[in-house]
Amino acid sequence: MSQVVYLIPLFPLIGFLINGIFWNKMPKSVGGAIGTLAILASFIISLGIFFEVRSAAFHGPVIVNMFDFISSGNLNIPFAFQLDALSSLFLLIITGVGSLIHLYSTSYMHEDEGMVRYFAYLNLFVFSMLLLVLGANYLVMFIGWEGVGLCSYLLIGFWFKKRDYTNAAKKAFVMNRIGDLGFLVGMMLVIYYYGTLGYQELFSTLGGANAAVPSSVHSWIALCFFIGATGKSAQIPLYTWLPDAMAGPTPVSALIHAATMVTAGIYMIARSNALYNLTPGVLHVIAFIGLATAILAATIAIRQYDIKKVLAYSTVSQLGFMFLALGVGAYTTAVFHVMTHAFFKALLFLGSGSVIHAMGGEQDIRKMGGLGKHMPVTRTTFLIGCLAISGFPGLSGFFSKDEILANTFAHSSVLYIFGLLAAMMTAFYMFRLYFLTFSGTFRGTEEQHHHLHESPAAMTIPLMVLALLSVVGGYVGMPAVISHHNAFASFLGPVVKNFGVHHLAESTEWILMTLSVVVSVMMIGVAWSVNKKPQFAESTGFAKLLENKWYVDELYDAVITRPLNALSEFMDKYAERRGIDAVVNGVGKSVRWGSDRLRLLQSGQVGSYIFIMVIGMVILFTISFFWVR
Amino acid sequence: MVLILLILVPLLSGVLSFAIGNNGAKTLAIISSMITLILSAWVSGANYSDVVSYSQEWIPRLGTRIDLLADGMSSMLCLLTGIVTLVVMLSNANKEVERPGAFYGHMLLAQAGLMGVFLSVDALLFYVFWELALIPVYFLCSQWGGEKRIPVTFKFFVYTFVGSLMLLAALIYISLQNPGMSSYSWAEIVRAGSSLPASQQQWLFWLVFIAFAIKMPIFPFHTWQPDTYEQSPTPVTIILSALMVKMGLFAVLRWLLPTLPLGVAYWGNTVIVLSVIGIVYASLLAMVQTDIKRLIAYSSIAHMGLMCAVAFNYSVVGMHGVMVQMFNHGINITGMWLIVSMIEDRWGTRDMSRLGGMAVTAPRMAVAFVLIAFANIALPLTNGFVGEFMLFNGLFYGDGTAPRIATMAIGGLGVILGAAYTLKMVQRTTWGNAVEMNNAKDLSINEYAGIAIIICVILYLGIYPRPLLDLTASVIAQ
Repeated sequence: MSQVVYLIPLFPLIGFLINGIFWNKMPKSVGGAIGTLAILASFIISLGIFFEVRSAAFHGPVIVNMFDFISSGNLNIPFAFQLDALSSLFLLIITGVGSLIHLYSTSYMHEDEGMVRYFAYLNLFVFSMLLLVLGANYLVMFIGWEGVGLCSYLLIGFWFKKRDYTNAAKKAFVMNRIGDLGFLVGMMLVIYYYGTLGYQELFSTLGGANAAVPSSVHSWIALCFFIGATGKSAQIPLYTWLPDAMAGPTPVSALIHAATMVTAGIYMIARSNALYNLTPGVLHVIAFIGLATAILAATIAIRQYDIKKVLAYSTVSQLGFMFLALGVGAYTTAVFHVMTHAFFKALLFLGSGSVIHAMGGEQDIRKMGGLGKHMPVTRTTFLIGCLAISGFPGLSGFFSKDEILANTFAHSSVLYIFGLLAAMMTAFYMFRLYFLTFSGTFRGTEEQHHHLHESPAAMTIPLMVLALLSVVGGYVGMPAVISHHNAFASFLGPVVKNFGVHHLAESTEWILMTLSVVVSVMMIGVAWSVNKKPQFAESTGFAKLLENKWYVDELYDAVITRPLNALSEFMDKYAERRGIDAVVNGVGKSVRWGSDRLRLLQSGQVGSYIFIMVIGMVILFTISFFWVR
Repeated sequence: MVLILLILVPLLSGVLSFAIGNNGAKTLAIISSMITLILSAWVSGANYSDVVSYSQEWIPRLGTRIDLLADGMSSMLCLLTGIVTLVVMLSNANKEVERPGAFYGHMLLAQAGLMGVFLSVDALLFYVFWELALIPVYFLCSQWGGEKRIPVTFKFFVYTFVGSLMLLAALIYISLQNPGMSSYSWAEIVRAGSSLPASQQQWLFWLVFIAFAIKMPIFPFHTWQPDTYEQSPTPVTIILSALMVKMGLFAVLRWLLPTLPLGVAYWGNTVIVLSVIGIVYASLLAMVQTDIKRLIAYSSIAHMGLMCAVAFNYSVVGMHGVMVQMFNHGINITGMWLIVSMIEDRWGTRDMSRLGGMAVTAPRMAVAFVLIAFANIALPLTNGFVGEFMLFNGLFYGDGTAPRIATMAIGGLGVILGAAYTLKMVQRTTWGNAVEMNNAKDLSINEYAGIAIIICVILYLGIYPRPLLDLTASVIAQ
């Protein structure tokens, strides 16, 4: 099975090529079917690979070399794939959730004239994402890394006639590029000190054997990679692109900006665990940034009124949780949360898509309310998603979030308190969203009210499947206090070595678990009591600050974008035209002046100057000739 | 023999083109560039097994010979010249130019000059071709250019004239200092130059470097370029930006670095600093341009700055990257200009504020443009990435980790700013509401052919860069 691993990215690539080439000739339904089947085919092979990796007969990672990509001097970087527990797990998440979202899109995008183009982009995205997780070296990861950035750009700006949307697309790409530069510099450091980019070669020589490499280098490399991760995974300071990315079609937000692409940074750090285990200082930075992002984004989510914006900030906040887990050395826990988050966040986004679909494009939750009775499937599945993300006992999010909090507590109780605070806010804003959308009375127009309907089966089936996964998905990683064996962690164990994770006493774990359940349920209650009779007054003071996202966008604009543009304008007008160019023109004028005075060939035509030049050349040649001899 | 044909075919067709005048000049140009392309492809192919060379008496009293040699680097650049010239001729095929005989004649003469520059291993011969390549461009720009062509060509002329004189002076000085010099061959010049004392090499360095820096161009010797690109007719802009600027970098690698090693060692750091400043400076200027041609001109300065910085910071991978990127940059910028010229034909303007919606009005063109634009900002799996990745490797500069990271980060600002201005250009032209075309057509068949060649090269070398890397690997080894 592992020898046909290239088929996994190949199917989406073929799907992309067919849809991309015949984008204006093919019927929409055919394009949708090709796109969906391509991902489904990859999913089936991924399943096969997953079981092969899980079987007892599987020893160590399998490297599949495709061809030599860059080779120069001593540097040789092959285009190679690596199969192991980590990559096979991500394959399943990407193709599994991907297939469901493709299926959902066949219905959601059916009215759109660009549907075939949409599926082409979506397939290209899956192709790039698969390269990202399949690569056996950082270069192949980087190819996927920038590839998903391209697809994200194309899909955010999918409705390219709107200037706002294409601005959001541009912003996403440029902010990602800032992170990518960090990644690139990190790779250069690795090449310089280790002469390879392959995971296997690098991780086996890291640390011990190669004492010639100063330990500060490891920190630099780790930090550079983390900068890359902050861009792709929307962490402080590079997170502001993600909420704007909601300009794209909703299924895109579900797949790219929630379930898969934004988790690339977590994948990268989990993959590089051997490196990060050498740099505890950088891990502290990661934990701090992750926690700060989790809290900042959660506070913003509390005061947003756009259904997708709430979910977007929720995603940023949850990604912050994952980085917190990475920062405390619990890499497997972070990957576990990636998986459960992929289920419930994809579910929530698709649910919001179903709502937006029913509301005829309206995204403002102030104009919703009481949708539950019109769309029972969407309501029920959305509720499951909310419960899962809030950490309701027994649902997937409960297990993964609890594990993060427990590991954080073992690391530092201060971090734990802030983590718990962020978790409390999560429960509050999610249920605020739920109650405002689905309960109470309808606050929109009569026409919208009349139009309300449940979505078709192609949309509700993915919702139901994802709801089921959101419920049961956590049981693969039950904590030791409950099941005595964490299957998830031991599956990843051979590839991902956690760092400095202490085991808590059983009683402590039970107390922490109870505490987080109590606060979550409490916050659900608070959310209900606040929002059962919603009032939307003009917000003031602190609430206004939150509603305006702490004015971070405005800050970046004032501190970076505008000064940079002003500098460019200044240089264009003064340094270039009045500085350098004026000097050159001065030289030019003096030549002209000189030739005027000489009254030789004063025609001012270029031809005559060339003539002078040729004459001059001949003279100089002659002189040099006689001089030499 | 094939090497002299590479020069003679365009040279004779050029002369013939003047002679036959207006009828058939276009066809002649296309046929001639096809033959040249086949010849240069043959040379590149042969290069895997053997270095191709040609030698013949020229002016014995001067001790100069027609010495031609095609190693990996020069055959690669000849191949680039062949491809680009053919693409230019093809995509110009449905356009009417005034006095086509003279126009195509000049174009072909310029091609002959370029081939000569890349192949010569005799210093005087090199100098002659250097001038031969430039003179037709003066005429093309001053006679077929835009409305401000006269002052712009004048500036261009002053710049290159000064540069050429400095180069000649340096050449003469080197020969004067070595009375025993038996010829102007490459080996002899290198021997003569590198045996000079350090103090002399240090000032000679600037004579030669400025001559080449003007061509590349390197900050602050660049101001002729945006104006000239803007005012030249697009086919000429392509020849200038895809091929002529490579003359400067090629000359640095082939002549300057080996001839004045002590001068290079002394001033190399200064050049790297200038180049890195140039990257940031040109990228910032590109951000505020409204004319697409000027934007691409500044973008090109930034790209050349990166290549030049790496060329002076010797490392195996970096040097390899410089060579590969010379080729890739030539291909990509040709693609950019082709699209710009099509935009100008269809909308009658290059002002980005008056364009938009190409994705609706001319979707095929839009796809090609977006693809080439992303190659320009070195997206992986396009040719630009391979070169840029290797160049970055060569930018690793200074002592200690922190200064190295700083150099890369500053040089890398070009990567971020490059994305910003390129995407701005794409946004203003391709996305947004559709602006009516004067001439409502998507790609025509000959435009298709030109663009298709470019895109095939972009993707092929982006996915499988091995052939290009192998071709130039042997040069690095020397």
